[in-house]
Amino acid sequence: MADPSPAWQDGTRAVAAGIRRRVFEHVLANGEGYLSQACSAAELLAILYTRVLRLAPLDAPIRPGPFQGVPGPANPGYQTGAVYHGAKGPDLDRFIFSPAQYALPLYAALIEVGRLAPEGLDDFNRDGGTVEMIGAEHSPGIETTTGSLAQALSQASGIALARKRRGDTGLVWVMMSDGEFEEGQTWEAIANAAFHEIDNLRVIVDANGQQCDGRVSSVGNLEHLAHRIYAFGASCDEVDGHDLDALDRAMTRPSTRPHVVLARTDPTRGVPLLAEKAPLLHTLRFASPAERDRYQAAFDAMTREAVLR
Amino acid sequence: MVARPHVENFIAWAADKPEVVVVTADLTNSSEVGRWRDTYPDRYFSAGMAEQNMLGFASGLAREGYTPFIHTFAVFLYRRAYDQLAMSIAYPNLRVRLIGFLPGIMTPGGVTHQAIEDVAILRATPNMTVLETGDATEVESVLDVAQAVNGPVYVRMLRGSVPRLFPRSEPMRLDRVRVLAEGPDLALVTSGIETEEGMRAVHALARRGVGVRHLHVSTHKPFDDPEILETLAAARKGVVTAENHTVVGGLGSAIAEKIAEAGLGRRLVRVGLQDTYAHGASREHLAREYGLDALAIVRAAERLLGEPLGIEAEDLADDPAADDAGPAAAPSARNADSL
Repeated sequence: MADPSPAWQDGTRAVAAGIRRRVFEHVLANGEGYLSQACSAAELLAILYTRVLRLAPLDAPIRPGPFQGVPGPANPGYQTGAVYHGAKGPDLDRFIFSPAQYALPLYAALIEVGRLAPEGLDDFNRDGGTVEMIGAEHSPGIETTTGSLAQALSQASGIALARKRRGDTGLVWVMMSDGEFEEGQTWEAIANAAFHEIDNLRVIVDANGQQCDGRVSSVGNLEHLAHRIYAFGASCDEVDGHDLDALDRAMTRPSTRPHVVLARTDPTRGVPLLAEKAPLLHTLRFASPAERDRYQAAFDAMTREAVLR
Repeated sequence: MVARPHVENFIAWAADKPEVVVVTADLTNSSEVGRWRDTYPDRYFSAGMAEQNMLGFASGLAREGYTPFIHTFAVFLYRRAYDQLAMSIAYPNLRVRLIGFLPGIMTPGGVTHQAIEDVAILRATPNMTVLETGDATEVESVLDVAQAVNGPVYVRMLRGSVPRLFPRSEPMRLDRVRVLAEGPDLALVTSGIETEEGMRAVHALARRGVGVRHLHVSTHKPFDDPEILETLAAARKGVVTAENHTVVGGLGSAIAEKIAEAGLGRRLVRVGLQDTYAHGASREHLAREYGLDALAIVRAAERLLGEPLGIEAEDLADDPAADDAGPAAAPSARNADSL
């Protein structure tokens, strides 16, 4: 059932626009970066952080400190990026982020919802910082190390089962990319989660049809993905990943199984210029100063639009 | 010999540890936890025959306060799912216990089932503690050693009929070697099933007047017991290592590192698989074929001494756990049959 008040969609839409804008700005300043991921996932991250995830509030946005060393016996004070999600609680959700290559859009989302200080993005990919290009578990908003793709769902299913046994009512959410469904481990994880009836596990998939080598359909075969997910024992809804109402319905509906929302998205949404780069959208690099100028103009237009709104 | 010491011991040990859970991948009875499952059905998780997910799944349980004891064949932990082992378990330094069965030549299952490079790989894995059991007492006491480590632990585990070489009153201790024999000529450093072979070799050598200081290693990492360096320094005619593993990267390599880093300049002969895979056959056959038996250790000693000692296979047939005649046998070994 749709929310009677339209207010949340407006707020979520503004966060999504802010994610695209921040990532775009960063890519222009940096000369390259992960822009298509922000274009495809902006609404997914926005609805997660503004609507779906039940997270404890923070007193103030966190300023990322310097890198404090890897986990290990010599580093007992190690802290994960989960601190950006606030204190844990039995009735609160957890968010496990699988495609660590989406770190930049994630950081942008955390800034938009007041969990990461805006200047934190200055540390992106900077030596000695935690705001890493491909985030690890010390990076803002990242709780487990998942840059080797398709490991998060398994990790999250263990966390979810432990929470279920403990009587926690909070859910464990995982965000994935569709390319990760080429990894066998993803299917092992879904089958195992279904077998153990891990019904507090929720997955949102940014099915943008893109991976490092180009179109997913040119790299592997992920046809009938929703059917496959269902056949492995999860419930699955396939929706337009830019339609907030459809996302909301699919992400909040009850399920007695692990539940996967397959969000079909457009990797050029908000920056149609990017379509010229297809099929290689994984990382945006400017071929010439003239091309950079055209992207700058597109960004300026996006910024003006935001001001007018 | 003790029949399946892990079975009842693990059940009793886990009784007052509700945080301990077992995760398996279709090798429950083969990993001696069938009765454990029947005793604690709500603490037993079948992950299906799917090791990559199993390791990540266990890591999630560990993050929430459980201590998963993954039971399966060693090869399926570190070979089949190494990236998951490294990234989901070792990097975050989680309290997951990887109980790996069928080390080295302990299975006629052949190359697919024989863990021959696990110590090398897991020694090279940061945050990992690497343990190896050599007898029934260590099979029983390794659980306490592992559980005291605040990080991931890999255990080379023995199953089935296991000799008791060490008295129950002398449990395994982390990073502490056992001194099984004293002697001024050579040092012998062994681990796992090679310790029993080494004890046979030491008896035979002692009868020929060769004094061997014999160390048994049950902790491959950390590897800092000062007894090791002292033993190597005192071994005036050289050092023999023996491991149920390739000689690349395991115990022999660890000893070589010690010798080199301390500038001891001792000669070293490494008994073990000589950079080769093995095949499906009995332990006895493979030990003979690949030179992992007591005779191979004697031959290594002869190389260091520069002379044949006239020791043949029939001189090595005695059971070290039952033999109280060897002049160089350690007290713990001699006492073992009375337990």
